[in-house]
Amino acid sequence: MIEIHNIHKSFNGKVVLDGISGVFQTGKTNLLLGASGTGKSVLLKCIVGLIKPDLGSVTFDGTYFTNNKLDIRQEIRRKIGMLFQGSALFDSMNVEENVEFPLMMLTDMSRQERMDRVNFCLQRVGLEGTNKKMPAELSGGMKKRVGIARAIAPNCTYLFCDEPNSGLDPLTALKIDRLIKEITEEYNITTIVVTHDMNSVIEIGDNIMFLYEGKKLWEGTSNNILDSDVPELNEFIFANRLMRDAKKVEEEEERQKTP
Amino acid sequence: MLQNFGKYLLFLKSLVTRGEPLKIIFKRTIDEAILIGINSIFIVALVSTFIGAVSTVQVSYNMVNALIPRSTIGFIVREMVILELAPTITSIVLAGKVGSSIAGGLGTMKITEQVDALEVMGINSTSYLVLPKILAALLVFPMLVIIAMFLGLMGGYIAGTVTGQLTAQEYISGLRIDFIPYNVVFALIKSFIFAFLISSISSYKGYYTSGGALEVGAAGTAAVTHSVIAVLIADFVSAQMLL
Repeated sequence: MIEIHNIHKSFNGKVVLDGISGVFQTGKTNLLLGASGTGKSVLLKCIVGLIKPDLGSVTFDGTYFTNNKLDIRQEIRRKIGMLFQGSALFDSMNVEENVEFPLMMLTDMSRQERMDRVNFCLQRVGLEGTNKKMPAELSGGMKKRVGIARAIAPNCTYLFCDEPNSGLDPLTALKIDRLIKEITEEYNITTIVVTHDMNSVIEIGDNIMFLYEGKKLWEGTSNNILDSDVPELNEFIFANRLMRDAKKVEEEEERQKTP
Repeated sequence: MLQNFGKYLLFLKSLVTRGEPLKIIFKRTIDEAILIGINSIFIVALVSTFIGAVSTVQVSYNMVNALIPRSTIGFIVREMVILELAPTITSIVLAGKVGSSIAGGLGTMKITEQVDALEVMGINSTSYLVLPKILAALLVFPMLVIIAMFLGLMGGYIAGTVTGQLTAQEYISGLRIDFIPYNVVFALIKSFIFAFLISSISSYKGYYTSGGALEVGAAGTAAVTHSVIAVLIADFVSAQMLL
């Protein structure tokens, strides 16, 4: 479980995060939802320690992280797997080396053990047989899969995904979303996904936090998001015609049920 | 500017605090050394050979007094090559070749979040990425400077004898006049200083790149410009202090 408390962050006087608190549950896919520029990625980077918040704290399973001693922060970071927006695969390494990298750096595994784990992770994300391909030879969806394989390779306890399906076609995006959800439940890890994609919200949103202009305006699940009474959230959700239609169908069904 | 210098010093400090295991640093240093050395040897050989050749021709052109022995040309070329041309010109050439490559590589890694990926894994990205580049430069630059010295003197020999400016005997005896071994040591000390300046400044410029492709290009340009200025200042200071 990851807890954040009163996170504030400003850049050159512009407030990006304004006192955000919340809890991200283990074994659940937690979504940070919001339009572009609302501070989702900054919040994610504050949680993993890539950006230091001006105020506030982050706790990983009861261990204080934000301003703790370096070795404790490092210890926590070694349990973190992260999928970046652009995948962030190491250009100079092939698929196998990318997935092997955290194992080589963070564990005492032998070469054979590392290779077994690499092959297992690649198989888990559906990329068996691509070991020797370079990142430049992969499609966007394959890069995301390698990114997920690299993130889960060292048995991470916390998985962070920054817009995992950006730039992907709807079908591939759906596959990536489902893969993230399956992995979260299978390994009982705490997953936080930054997204502005309503398909992801409906598909995998166990716990959703909606951000608007640096503030948390709403929190709930994919089951009750369509019933929210927050105007900013409704405006965000129903900007999409499909969602408007879905809402109409839902309302129609409700009307028919009502005697 | 002072703020930048302070940031540069903190950057250097981060190379050694919470460093990565020596085994990994050693392996990466060797990889980087091969990359810097192999990729630079041709340009260093070309530049140093021609500089030696041109120096011989130009010194000979200015040597109009019949009372001055022709072997003096070899002596002057030797002093120029060993003291200045081999270490400084080689370093300036390497600032362009290696410096831009370091800044471009790190800058690209930075903007594509590869550096963040290392940090999230709990790996000290400066120690893992930058320290091996600096150590490799410290290892390889002196070797390249020695090669440049040799080829510079050889270039002078070939140019002098082929053009008939002086005989092989005169050139070689000139090379041997009042030879001071310390001058070679001085050149190697300079090459260490230049190696450190070029690799660390270029790494600093690349590491703190933010934005996109345009900024990576700008970081490469800034790395070369700043490295060359630093090399020239260090050249003067070291000559003043060590000679």
